[in-house]
Amino acid sequence: MTYLAKPRLLRPDTPRNALGYTRRDYEGAISTLCAGCGHDSISAAVVQCCFDLDIEPHRVAKLSGIGCSSKTPDYFLGNSHGFNTTHGRMPSVLTGAALANRDLLYLGVSGDGDSASIGIGQFAHAMRRGVNMTYLVENNGVYGLTKGQFSATADKGSKSKRGVVNNDTPIDLVTLAIQLGASYVARSFSGDKEQLIPLVKGAMCHRGPALIDVISPCVTFNNHAGSTKSYDYVREHNEAINRLDVILPRDRLAVSYAPGELRRVVQHDGSTLYLRKLRADYDPSDRVGAMNYLQERRALGEIVTGLIYVDADADDLHHYLNTVETPLNQLGVAELCPGAEALAALNESLRKGA
Amino acid sequence: MSTVPSLRKRNDFVIKFANINGTGSASANELFARAVMGMGVPVAPRNIFPSNIQGLPTYYEMRVSGTGWLGRQGGCDLMVAMNPQTWDRDVAEITPGGYLFYDSTKMLPRSRFRDDVTVLGLPLMEICAREYTDPRQRQLMKNILYVGALTALLGIDFPVVEGLIAHQFRGKDKLIDANVRALKLGHDEARATLPCPIGLTVERSDGVGDRIFVNGNDACALGAVYGGATVAAWYPITPSTSVIEAFGNYCRKYRTDPDNGMARYAIVQAEDELASIGMVIGASWNGARAFTATSGPGISLMQEFFGLAYFAEVPAVIFNVQRGGPSTGMPTRSQQSDLLACAYASHGDTKHVLLFPEDPYECFVFGAQAFDLAERLQTPVFVMSDLDIGMNESLCRPFDWDDSRRYDRGKVMSAADLDAGRNFGRYLDVDGDGIAYRTIPGTHPVRGAYFSRGTTRNAYAKYSEAGADYVYNMERLRRKFVTARKLVPPPVRKDAGRPASCGAIYYGSTSPAMAEAFALLEARGIHVDLLRVRAFPFADEVMDFIAAHDRVFVVEQNESAQMRTLLINEGEIDPRRLLRVLHYDGTPITARFIAGRIADAVGQAQDSAVSPRQQVAS
Repeated sequence: MTYLAKPRLLRPDTPRNALGYTRRDYEGAISTLCAGCGHDSISAAVVQCCFDLDIEPHRVAKLSGIGCSSKTPDYFLGNSHGFNTTHGRMPSVLTGAALANRDLLYLGVSGDGDSASIGIGQFAHAMRRGVNMTYLVENNGVYGLTKGQFSATADKGSKSKRGVVNNDTPIDLVTLAIQLGASYVARSFSGDKEQLIPLVKGAMCHRGPALIDVISPCVTFNNHAGSTKSYDYVREHNEAINRLDVILPRDRLAVSYAPGELRRVVQHDGSTLYLRKLRADYDPSDRVGAMNYLQERRALGEIVTGLIYVDADADDLHHYLNTVETPLNQLGVAELCPGAEALAALNESLRKGA
Repeated sequence: MSTVPSLRKRNDFVIKFANINGTGSASANELFARAVMGMGVPVAPRNIFPSNIQGLPTYYEMRVSGTGWLGRQGGCDLMVAMNPQTWDRDVAEITPGGYLFYDSTKMLPRSRFRDDVTVLGLPLMEICAREYTDPRQRQLMKNILYVGALTALLGIDFPVVEGLIAHQFRGKDKLIDANVRALKLGHDEARATLPCPIGLTVERSDGVGDRIFVNGNDACALGAVYGGATVAAWYPITPSTSVIEAFGNYCRKYRTDPDNGMARYAIVQAEDELASIGMVIGASWNGARAFTATSGPGISLMQEFFGLAYFAEVPAVIFNVQRGGPSTGMPTRSQQSDLLACAYASHGDTKHVLLFPEDPYECFVFGAQAFDLAERLQTPVFVMSDLDIGMNESLCRPFDWDDSRRYDRGKVMSAADLDAGRNFGRYLDVDGDGIAYRTIPGTHPVRGAYFSRGTTRNAYAKYSEAGADYVYNMERLRRKFVTARKLVPPPVRKDAGRPASCGAIYYGSTSPAMAEAFALLEARGIHVDLLRVRAFPFADEVMDFIAAHDRVFVVEQNESAQMRTLLINEGEIDPRRLLRVLHYDGTPITARFIAGRIADAVGQAQDSAVSPRQQVAS
């Protein structure tokens, strides 16, 4: 953690985005996590991403559960409303928030304990319901705040700092999310911001449930030999399948890749995902193929990263519910209350019987 | 034959229908209830049903109440015995001199009858087998057949029932014809073979007036519609399920955008009660009016979230349609046994607002008001209905609404307020009433954002474990609940005919039985002042009432006297002054029970030299 408050004064040449905001406008309180924590890199990626995408700070609502990861929304987007909810239950609170106002961008921040252990139920149902959100799992395989117990994503056979071997089969949130209907699913590594930032951008431009499982080493409790979530282990086993560039409609891009190397996906909001293939045969629009690929590579000990699955035409919960375009929280008594006359008619029918 | 004379009662008796569930009897029985009301005679019917879909015994107990009392009376003057499984105990239940109506298709030995009741047999199955070929048709029409027979037996005007059928199946002429034919078959057969009318008769009256006949769950749902709820998240659980079903039906009718058919509401069936209340809290935090409907087990599951909403100060409305507990308890029976689980829900020092509707009318009123209270107080509000109110149709005042009424959204700072430089501290008590201002996400690009959390914080919503910050916050929450006492519905008082030293406190579905018990007691010269509590935290009038009486009976439908506990705890009342009158077998409380308990206690006090404040346990 850093104890040095950042200077308030900005240099005149500080970069500003199209809305006139500096990166500082997207930052939050000073992090209280351990120095070198992967989570801080993810926070920085979120800041960069919102700055780059010219998102008005108050257009984002950030929600989290409980744990080290869930503390992080305090450390970015200080001008956005945030809600640090209960352990494992952020998905339901986010779902309710999204129902109330379809116009905001919802950023769910969770950890492996919060999502895969106590919160696996809510995680699963938010994905299958099609909630329009970016769901970041800051995945380090351990409980940090309670000092290093295994979580449900810890690999079988991996060792805790105290030398205890984990015998439980791990839950892979990426496979699960694809199976359950998430329409944008990626894995990344907090130590690779070149990969992470575009993946977060693509997710924030996506309509529907977008999950990014970010392996984010815990420097204090899970960064030792024998861990499969340490910086060294992840770097050695990271197999990126593609590299992503997110291009907004306002951007002009000259694409200079050879045909066949590049895949172009236009999302609902007009953003375009340019995917540079690192694995020639990988098709991120093939849902079953993606699940098979993940299992095959996993058996070889690889950690597959990149944009693993995307369906740019997916619908979301509001579409299924056919809710009005005006956010529900902005409807007034005139739109909501049927009034005295309708009630008198209803009374009359209740006198006569059904 | 019997030496007991047959009962002769006009417009005031109890009919009980013993059926097998899943046979379509419920709608036939309700048709019959409506027929009696069509004669202008009030009825109070109650479904007493099992937690099952098909094959188990189910009862429809209908009080024909020319006197207007709508509580359960107890006893059975006419048994419509349609369930062979429960025959013996159903026959045994009939009041001496009463009547037994049954399907005489199969011969029964004389020993299965009683000689002190009038037996009315009609070969219903035989008639159905003769008239209908389809087995389902035979089953359904058998129900209509007995309705027709009862119409004749009790002297109900045939056109009244005919008209009800025409209304019920309007637009479906074939169904009207078939049902009217069955009705007539039963009616004519009874006329031809039985002594019509019997000693129990329905005579035209004007006792119903302009009242409506509706159940509490529908009324709660309608209250939510009028109260401006846009988000409902729920998990199915008896007896609350129909609150959401009704909300959906009303919303489709009243909340569909006429221009494009889109919905001005969102209903999500969640994966469990934790997710339901989570969604409600998320939606409310984001400025929509949101609610859930549940019952005891759901309340248990939601506890952690209630604490979050209380402490992070997020509005939420919970319709708790109470059933018999603990655990799975009696899922299809009624109790008032969640008071403590709701009043102090969740760990740590919490306290919640509870509203106690007495009937569907108040379900509607409180259902709408709950949203104003939740937003004004920024806290969960529980509408404490129960199965008796929720799932039984009952006669009540017609719903009313003032079109000039506006929703009270509470203390919300707008972008203009923030631009004007108003000091925003999310947990800062600027007005001294314990209620701080909030902002809704998305209000202002760079002002007014804050981080909601269940952890402690200072007045500006910054994380803090400082003792002074924690104490400031807890004291403010306590002030907020003092404010709440003045905002919730006040109690309703009804004084005895003469100055009384005894009082009785009651609430919720006990109301109709209590009203009748009051009359019974007055008639016996026992004078008791009544106070109907309508909300928690208690208004000052509640404690004033207790102070003004030597002894106060607390009448309630649970085993552990939960309202009494709340009164003692919140009002620092001497426990000896509050006497328990408890009914908790799962059936709705009766006037006879209440009057009996109170009369016994008063009698004992008068007869003996023991302290008049002696506790009377039920």
